[in-house]
Amino acid sequence: MNVELRHISKFFGPVRANDDITVTFEAGKIHGLLGENGAGKSTLMKILSGFLRPDRGEIYLDGQRVTFRHPADALAQGVGMLHQDPMDFPAMTVLENFVAGSPGGLTVNRREARKALQELGEQFGFHLDPDAEVASLTVGERQQLEILRLLWLGARVLIFDEPTTGISAQQKERLFEALRRLAAEGRTIIFVTHKLYEVEELCHTATVLRQGKLMGRRTAPYDLDELVQLMFGRVLKMERKPPIPLGETIYRVENLVVEAPRVNIRGVYLEVRRGEVIGLAGMEGSGQRHLLQACAGLLRPSEGRIWFKGQDMTGRSYLDFYREGVTYLPATRMEEGLLPGMDITQHLLLSRPAQGFFLDNHWANGLAQEAISEFRIRGRPDTVAEALSGGNQQRLLLSMLRPKLDLIFMEHPTRGLDMESTLWVWEKLLERCRQGTAIFFMSSDLDEILNYSDRVLVFFGGQVSAPIPAEELDAESLGRLIGGYGFVPAEEALTQTTAP
Amino acid sequence: MTERHGWMTTLAFRLAAVVFALLLTSAVLLMVGAPPLEAFRLILEGAFGSPRKIADIFVIWTPLLLTAAGLLFTFQAGLWNIGIEGQIILGAVFATWVLRIFQGTDTPPGVALTLAFVAAALGGMLWALLSGVLKVYGGVNEIFSGLGLDFVAVALVLYLVFGPWKRPGVGSMSGTEPFPRELWLPTLEGFRLSPWALGLAVVGWLVTMVLLLGTYYGLRLRAVGRNPRAAYLMMGLSSNRIILSAFALAGIFGGLAGAVQVTAVYHRLLPGISSGYGWLGLLIGMLVNFHPVWIGPVAWFFAMLNLGSIQLPIVLKVDSTLAGVLQGALVYSFLLGEGVRMKWLARRRRAGEAS
Repeated sequence: MNVELRHISKFFGPVRANDDITVTFEAGKIHGLLGENGAGKSTLMKILSGFLRPDRGEIYLDGQRVTFRHPADALAQGVGMLHQDPMDFPAMTVLENFVAGSPGGLTVNRREARKALQELGEQFGFHLDPDAEVASLTVGERQQLEILRLLWLGARVLIFDEPTTGISAQQKERLFEALRRLAAEGRTIIFVTHKLYEVEELCHTATVLRQGKLMGRRTAPYDLDELVQLMFGRVLKMERKPPIPLGETIYRVENLVVEAPRVNIRGVYLEVRRGEVIGLAGMEGSGQRHLLQACAGLLRPSEGRIWFKGQDMTGRSYLDFYREGVTYLPATRMEEGLLPGMDITQHLLLSRPAQGFFLDNHWANGLAQEAISEFRIRGRPDTVAEALSGGNQQRLLLSMLRPKLDLIFMEHPTRGLDMESTLWVWEKLLERCRQGTAIFFMSSDLDEILNYSDRVLVFFGGQVSAPIPAEELDAESLGRLIGGYGFVPAEEALTQTTAP
Repeated sequence: MTERHGWMTTLAFRLAAVVFALLLTSAVLLMVGAPPLEAFRLILEGAFGSPRKIADIFVIWTPLLLTAAGLLFTFQAGLWNIGIEGQIILGAVFATWVLRIFQGTDTPPGVALTLAFVAAALGGMLWALLSGVLKVYGGVNEIFSGLGLDFVAVALVLYLVFGPWKRPGVGSMSGTEPFPRELWLPTLEGFRLSPWALGLAVVGWLVTMVLLLGTYYGLRLRAVGRNPRAAYLMMGLSSNRIILSAFALAGIFGGLAGAVQVTAVYHRLLPGISSGYGWLGLLIGMLVNFHPVWIGPVAWFFAMLNLGSIQLPIVLKVDSTLAGVLQGALVYSFLLGEGVRMKWLARRRRAGEAS
């Protein structure tokens, strides 16, 4: 079945998740849908599968215009979607999940369903026990079950949202085989991913989205550099970090290991000097945040040692780091950084060392005025945090950093800021570097990483590379590394260099 | 201009809430066949009928104000200190315990009473800290632990009243044997009001105001209450310590209220020693939106209603819990009014943006 999306737009408040997207997915092919997190891929696919309704635009199946009020509508028309997180009922058995959602009355023909499940499973080499509980299945097996279910319900268009996340290499192989086979049978397969090599390996076409807009469509074989460029764009004009003389080593980690679901960071050795900036690059959720938090004492690493200003800080809490002159700046401002219902003055009072027991309102007001003018916050001392716009909340957050800090950890320091503000924020940060502050920051903005870092740690699939000097990277090579091309985990790099 | 406008709409909404609460209560009265206006008149008469009665308002106000003041610390830290009833009761138990030790000895009454208050504060604090420790180190929601500890406290009083501390002969719901007069907190001549207890409550109220409005401590309480994660990351505040301190303060105030009940009101320990002031204090805290200045007048108003409704059963055959109905209706109407006001403001803002 040919799928045609025409002028699809979807807005969430001021955010344009999809902006006038027109694209065709032909039957019998595997179509890659590429883009960064937040590029609008999932939104577009949720619209196609009936989970979301577009604000504008039309959907055509084999030239027929259709409208879906909910997912069941779409499935009845033959469009089914496998979500990133399996949407099943873990407490029920495989067979029960298989029949759940099938149209019909209250009674289910179990025998028929069981037969269908086994037959379909054999066709694709999926071996599922109909009586096993879904909770006991691996993510890959749950995916297999969902594929069979959708096929049984007559899906002719199958959408896979990041299906390779969290499944084993073997399951991935089997999945790819199944996809090729489904396409060969004439079904339309849409494969949503941000992994370049998967597109290259599997997809007949690649459609790239960025910031809600369609950037282009290419057919295999691909020019990878071009895909990188389409995905990340090249619009920013940042100045490179000027040379700042680095001071003594202030922070050191040795053989750090951080383990979490889908995160397996190993072999991190790093020495950071005063004035140095370390950039953490990678697709969102590749493990950057885990390492950043582990380095700041917010998350306990499984192994490894941390020294700060000559002190062994291994196993110490964030508060110990904070007292020694470290601050961790979170990305979600209202959720983790600011106090709803409290005003600018109170935020500044709390983020400065206490001046005795009682509050000095006069002094506090001066403090707030100063911050407002220095950080150009559009607000008054008595403006509450949630009344500020996103950019101004970020400015308030930055103004709350104590005047003398030795080390700052930052998640997306300029996210949501326009170019002018971004440059200004970095001017402020580099000023601190000149005074001897070291900075660790993560960003999904490649230019920000390339321009302001001295060294870069690249994250891919929950693993981290060895530190790479920023001058050895450019946008293309960094983009490839982030997409997994030529990526070497730090641990492997270590064994390679130490091996004879 | 807009500021003033906002202030006036706030006032209008508050007044509307009071009117709405009166209407709700009237409806309840009509349902049980009592004339509402007569009931309200009787309440006012019951509260203001004589100088003695007016003084009695302050007798109720004293423990209520202490309780409500203490609750502001936990409220500001974002905690629902449902265990406050138990904290009042434990204060009463500890006060009784100390007085029982000293009664019949030649210890000066002033010393015995002072020690009773200190012990009560300690008792309330320990009981509150149980909730705090369970929350901070055990991850137990303070609402659950508080509710549980309330029941345990009531059971403890029942055990004491019918067991080790029972009256000579047989235990009874009317409580332990009253203390000798010299262990009663001195009252004004001809009144039941103790200036000592009243003074303590007023001082407690002032301390609460100063702590919450004028110190770093109050600011930190609010910070942790509003967003513990932000307080931790950006301000280096440990919410654990602050939560424990808020519980401790609430417990101290509750315990003192319990001591007032024992030494200045009932002069003994009895099962209903808390008089439900813990619950009432929670209502007051919600009604004033956790503002320390306003708890004074609102607690006084609630005390007036409590006192005024005492004679309702005799005259109108309506239960004196009518005061509770009115108090609950007030809080309900107020919260409803706030919700409506927020929606109304949001809609006006949107309309303003659109035009």
